Amino acid sequence: MQHHRRKHTTLAATAALAVVGVLGACSSDGGASSDEATGDAPGGTYTWWDPYPQHEGSSDWEGRVQQCGEQAGVTIERTAYDTTALTNQALLAAQEGTSPDVILLDNPAVSTLADTGMLTTVHEFGLDTSAIDANLLDAGVLEGDAYGIPIGANTLSLYYNAEILSDAGVDPASITDWDSLTSALAQVDEAGHRGITFAGIGTEEGSFQFLPWFWGSGADLTDLASPEAVEALELWKGWLDEGYAPNSVINNSQNTVWEEFLTGDFAFAENGTWQVNSAAEAEFETGIVQLPGKDGGVAPAPTGGEFIVAPVQSDTARYDVTRQIVECMTTPEGFVETANTFAYYIPPTAEGQEQLTAENADLEPWVEAVQNAKGRTSDNLGTDYPKISEALWTAVQNALSGAATPAEALEAAQANAEAATS
Amino acid sequence: MSSTPTVVGSRHEPRGTAGTRPAVPPGRRRRRTLNPSQWAAVGFAAPLLVYLAVFYAYPLWRNIDLSLHDYTIRAFVQGDAEFVGFENYLEIFGSSTFPTALLNTGLFTIGSIVFQFSIGLALAVFFRSSFRLSSFLRALFLVPWLLPLIVSASTWAWMLNSDNGIVNSVIQAFGGEQINWLTSPDTALLSVTIANIWLGIPFNLVILYSGLQNIPGEVYEASSLDGAGPWRQFWSITFPLLRPVSAITILLGLIYTLKVVDVIWVMTTGGPGDASTTLAIWSYREAFGTGMPSFSPAAAVGNLLIVIALVFGFLHLQLQRRQEAS
Repeated sequence: MQHHRRKHTTLAATAALAVVGVLGACSSDGGASSDEATGDAPGGTYTWWDPYPQHEGSSDWEGRVQQCGEQAGVTIERTAYDTTALTNQALLAAQEGTSPDVILLDNPAVSTLADTGMLTTVHEFGLDTSAIDANLLDAGVLEGDAYGIPIGANTLSLYYNAEILSDAGVDPASITDWDSLTSALAQVDEAGHRGITFAGIGTEEGSFQFLPWFWGSGADLTDLASPEAVEALELWKGWLDEGYAPNSVINNSQNTVWEEFLTGDFAFAENGTWQVNSAAEAEFETGIVQLPGKDGGVAPAPTGGEFIVAPVQSDTARYDVTRQIVECMTTPEGFVETANTFAYYIPPTAEGQEQLTAENADLEPWVEAVQNAKGRTSDNLGTDYPKISEALWTAVQNALSGAATPAEALEAAQANAEAATS
Repeated sequence: MSSTPTVVGSRHEPRGTAGTRPAVPPGRRRRRTLNPSQWAAVGFAAPLLVYLAVFYAYPLWRNIDLSLHDYTIRAFVQGDAEFVGFENYLEIFGSSTFPTALLNTGLFTIGSIVFQFSIGLALAVFFRSSFRLSSFLRALFLVPWLLPLIVSASTWAWMLNSDNGIVNSVIQAFGGEQINWLTSPDTALLSVTIANIWLGIPFNLVILYSGLQNIPGEVYEASSLDGAGPWRQFWSITFPLLRPVSAITILLGLIYTLKVVDVIWVMTTGGPGDASTTLAIWSYREAFGTGMPSFSPAAAVGNLLIVIALVFGFLHLQLQRRQEAS
C-alpha cells in the first residue's frame, strides 16, 4: 500500500512539473541506491547532492567528499545539480521519500526546505554549532531551530579598477560612505571613464545586489517603503540619471556585471568573493573596498554560500554515519580545505578564518565583509523572504526604468509583499 | 521502473470498457467477445491509449488539480494540500499583474502573428519564382529556426543593449538618441516582439511556401492571359487559394506564440517590472522564477492559457466547418 502510493506520487510529481514547464527528470536514482544500502550502516553507500557540476568525478572536490566517506567507513555517491534544479530535485525526492543522506544547499533555500519538514535539525543530530558565526548560521534558522551548517560563506564587495581611480585622482581609501562614493563616481565621470556597474535584473540576483544599499541605509525587509529604503533606491536611480551607471544595469546579471568590469571601462563593480581569482588575472590592477553604509561603516551585504543539510530518512540508523560525514566537513581544517578547494569560500568560524588569512593574507578584506554580512532569510523572515525579495526586485526595476518613482515603486512593493506573506 | 504499475493499472481500464460494452448477456458470450483477434486489437490499441492517458490526460488533470488546491511547498512534499476551489483563480484575476499580463499577451501575440504572417507570405511569394540562388537564400531564411533559442535570444539582447548594443550605436551614428530597448517600460515589449517576429518568420515561410506549391501553375497562366498583373494575381488567386493553409498557419502560430516563455525570459525576464510580462511568463515566474515556488497560482495561469488556446482552436474548427459547408 505504502509502496503503491509512493509510485503514484512519483508520477504525479513528474507530470506536474512537466506541465508547468520544467523537465521532470526526477527518476529515483538517488533513492534507489539509498534503498540498497538500507540498514547496515558502516560499509554502505551514502548519497550526496551538491550544486557544483563544474567539479567532476576526478576533481579535488570529489576527492575531498570521498575522503569524508572513507573516514566514516562508507562510500559516498555524489550527484551534482545546477543550483535551482537542486532545490526542485530535493523537493521531489522528499515527496517520494527518497531523499539523499546529505545535501549542500544554497542558503536561502534552507528555510524553504526546512518548512516542508524534510530536513532534520542540527540539534537532532547532536552537532555543535557554537563556533559558527551567528550571522552566517542565522540564514538556516527557522523558528529557533538550525537546519544546517554553512560549509563556507561568500558575499559582495566593491571591486575597483586601480588604473582608472589613479587617473581620476580618487583614493579608494576615501570611500567610506555614500556621499564619498558618489563624488568619486563624479570624478571618474569627469575624467572620461564609466562609473559603476551592478546587477538590477528581475531575479533573486537583483535583490541580492540591492540589499547592501538597502540594509546600509538602515532599512529593514519588513518595511520596504520606509524612508531609508527610498533613499537607497534613490541612490541607485541617481547614479543612472547622472550617467554614472549604465542604463543596462536594469537587465544585468552578476556575470554580465563582471564581464563589463573586465573590459576595463568601469571604475567600480559590485561583485562577489567568487571573482577573486578572475580579478587577480584581469589586465589591469584591481582592489576592493567594503560596500559603504549610508553614513559610513561597512554595509551588511547578504551572505552567499551553501549549507550542509541532512534530509529526514525513514531509516534513522543512517543518521550516525551521516553525522560523521557532516562533522568531517565542518571541522576548522575541513572549512579551510573547502575554502582552498573552491577559492571563493570564507570559513564560517573565527578559527577557520584565522587559519585562512594566515595562509592567504589577500583574503582579509573578504573575511571582514563576511563578518559584516547578513543572511537574507534571517530576522526570522524564513520562508517569507522569497516573496519579499520578488516585491523588492520588481520595485528596483520599476524605479530604475522610470516606470515609477522610487517612493511609489517601494510603496507598491510593500503592499505586494504584505499581500503575499499574510 | 517506478511507473510500471501505474501503466498496467490504466491499461486495465480501456480493456475493461472495451470488454463490457458488447457483453450485455453475461457469462459465455462475454468470453466470446474477447476472441484472440479482439485481444490483439486491444493489445495494439493499448500502447496508444496508455500513452495518451499517461502523457496527455494525466498531466492535464494534474494541472487542474494543482490549481484547485493550495499547494504550498510544504503541502507539495507532504501531499496534504487543502482544497480551495476557485480561490487561486480569483487570486490571479484580482492580482495587479493580471491586466498587464493579459494586455501584453494580446499585444505580443497579435503583433507577432501579423508581422510573421505577412512577412512570411511576402517571402514565400517572392521565392515562388525561382531564380539564381533562390533556394540558397531560402535556406538562409531558415537560420532563426535552426539556432538554439538561448543563442538567438541572447544575441538579440546584446544587440539591443542600451549602452553597448549595435542597434543603438547605429542609431547614434546617424545622430539619433539612445533608446533603452530592453530597459524602458515603453519599449521592452516591442523589443521582445520584434525578436519573436524574426524567430517566427521561417515557420510561416516554410508552410506558406509549400502551400503555394499546391496552386496549379495553369491558374496563373490563365489569369495572365486575361491580363491580370502580379498585384491582381496575388489578391485574386494566391490569397484565396492559400486560405486553408493560411488559417492553419495562423492558428499554429497563435498557439506557439501564446506560450512563448524562453525568448522573453532570456531577454528581459518579463521586466522591467511587469512591462514585458505575458501570461506564460507570469506562470513560469510564479512556479520557478522566485525562491519560493507557488505551483497553484502558476497552474491556474497555465490553465487560463490552455482555455484561451482552446477557444481559438474551436473558432478555427467552426470556421473550417462553415467553409466546407459553403
